[in-house]
Amino acid sequence: MKTPRSAAEPSAISRWTRTSAGFTTGFAGLIVALAFVPALNAGVVQDMTGLLILVLMAVMWNALAGYGGLISIGQQAYIGLGAYATVWLCNHAVNPFLAMVIATAFCGAASIPLSFLLLRFRGAQFAIGTWVVAEALAIWVSFDNALGAGTGTSLFQLDRYAPGPREHYIYWLTLAMAVLFLGALFVLLRSRLGSSLQAIRDDEDAAASVGVRVVAGKRTLFVLAATGAGAAGAMTLANTLFIEPTSIFSVNYTALMIFMVLVGGLGTFEGPIIGAIILYFVQHQFGNDGVWYFVGLGGAAILFALLLPRGVWGTLEERTGLRCMPLGYQVRRAAVAPPAREPD
Amino acid sequence: MTWVNDVVQGIMLGGFYALLACGLALMFGLMRIINLAHGDLAVLGAYLVYLLLEHWNTSPFLGFVAVLPVMLLIGYVLQRVLLERSLRSGLLVPLLTTFGLSIVIQNLLDQGFSPDDRSLGASAGNIATASWQITSQLSIPAIGALALGVAIVIFGGLQLFLSKTGPGRQMRATAQDPDTAELVGINSRAVYARATAIAVAIAAVGGVFLAIRSSFTPYSGPTYLIFAFEAVVIGGLGSSLWATLAGGIVLGVAQTIGGQINPEYPILAGHIVFLAVLASPRGGLLNLRRATA
Repeated sequence: MKTPRSAAEPSAISRWTRTSAGFTTGFAGLIVALAFVPALNAGVVQDMTGLLILVLMAVMWNALAGYGGLISIGQQAYIGLGAYATVWLCNHAVNPFLAMVIATAFCGAASIPLSFLLLRFRGAQFAIGTWVVAEALAIWVSFDNALGAGTGTSLFQLDRYAPGPREHYIYWLTLAMAVLFLGALFVLLRSRLGSSLQAIRDDEDAAASVGVRVVAGKRTLFVLAATGAGAAGAMTLANTLFIEPTSIFSVNYTALMIFMVLVGGLGTFEGPIIGAIILYFVQHQFGNDGVWYFVGLGGAAILFALLLPRGVWGTLEERTGLRCMPLGYQVRRAAVAPPAREPD
Repeated sequence: MTWVNDVVQGIMLGGFYALLACGLALMFGLMRIINLAHGDLAVLGAYLVYLLLEHWNTSPFLGFVAVLPVMLLIGYVLQRVLLERSLRSGLLVPLLTTFGLSIVIQNLLDQGFSPDDRSLGASAGNIATASWQITSQLSIPAIGALALGVAIVIFGGLQLFLSKTGPGRQMRATAQDPDTAELVGINSRAVYARATAIAVAIAAVGGVFLAIRSSFTPYSGPTYLIFAFEAVVIGGLGSSLWATLAGGIVLGVAQTIGGQINPEYPILAGHIVFLAVLASPRGGLLNLRRATA
């Protein structure tokens, strides 16, 4: 879709700019480089897996909130479901890594019927509706003795792999999942659905009135976000090897997602990734401070929501006109100097 | 007969939930926002009473009277400093800021009071444990009856305030159309701040009952926020205050009957009734008009 810049054309609309082509190539290169992390420095593999899980969580929460205008306080439902479905499958003699993939798909499938219930609502009803679903699932799992009931369970099936290679496999699978879901969101946003989603987020009724299929668009995001959160749950289990209902279904996951997305930039593609990296360093610096760590996270979320609602990345984009990913359309006028930016 | 007893216990539990839900319904009816820190503010009220009773040996109810102005002030400041700004940025930002506030309150309470279980049951004295034995199967606990009675008084009083007094009428006018209300000289921001002050104070009443009925920790808030919200939604979001009281009672009865079926089920039963109501065609048992916000 490259449009050659020629004087004959008064203006040209293109998706790709030199900047976005450069950044997209760089991004692809980074992913390839990340695949070699275990070979270069085995000591950081577990931490890097944790970081990739954070990226996955943030990007998927942002898909729902930033592009669909749906604030969920219940994505931990799928984190828990993904983890417990993995345990269940492993208990039924499925290979643990295969189980993680199947459990992820299961979360997507489970979210479809739930979407019919929850997508009838927006705003606060949707937020607390998702939360209640997560609470109900946590209670339901804690009744199941085969899943360790309230005391939790561990993924002992992974013991058959030596600790070193095991960590590498988990890292690679997490990387693959993160790339898969980031890629899916990228493709989704560049599709026809992408622009209709932004129309829905900005004004649902107006979008519906010009023929945007509002519910279908929201459902696509809902299922994508649920599947991604499920993957994050399965990989959290693999990375920590032990789960219990109260912690894996904890609303604290949502607190982390809100922090990452608000700090990074709600409704931007790159923002949540940056938010995840920031949270990763905050966790390493202050994670042991317990109470004050969470006071800081909550306080930062409030301040960013009020004072810097576009987050670090959104503000940068706004100030500099930088567009790193080819998601929108750029209008280039041949003679007139600064290229007009598509507002998003 | 045990079923009759369950229903009676459920109705009184519902009165307690309605107390927690009242402020939530008031704020939603007026500003179309849900304060996700509502449960934590109720727990904060309980802690303030607890703190007071450490220095002053009296009943928690008297203690609450002393805490009441503080809670009104907290609500007023909350509206002026946080919610007013959030409201300006649309309907999603209040959800994010109040969720952040919820986490801040929980962890500050943890810092100030330690994560240990507390209770006001002992300082409440007889009323916490007394009950009237009606038949061998049916007994009415004093604290449950008192919660229900206080709920009825507060809902009735609030209804009277909204329909009979000037500030109440201003509130209803602002709820219907804030712009037009401004045109006739109503300061909507002052109305919102007054409403939030009242909502937070009523939440603290719920918090005191919570603290007498059972133990509480800095992290008890979200559980009760969910119950309160379920009561509001079952009653048909924002349709009327009395509907919220009815919603609380439906939730309470669902929980006690669920507990009768299996001692592990009460909360799950409440969630299932809530989700069933969400799934029902009108999205609320007593919903007269479809909630849209």
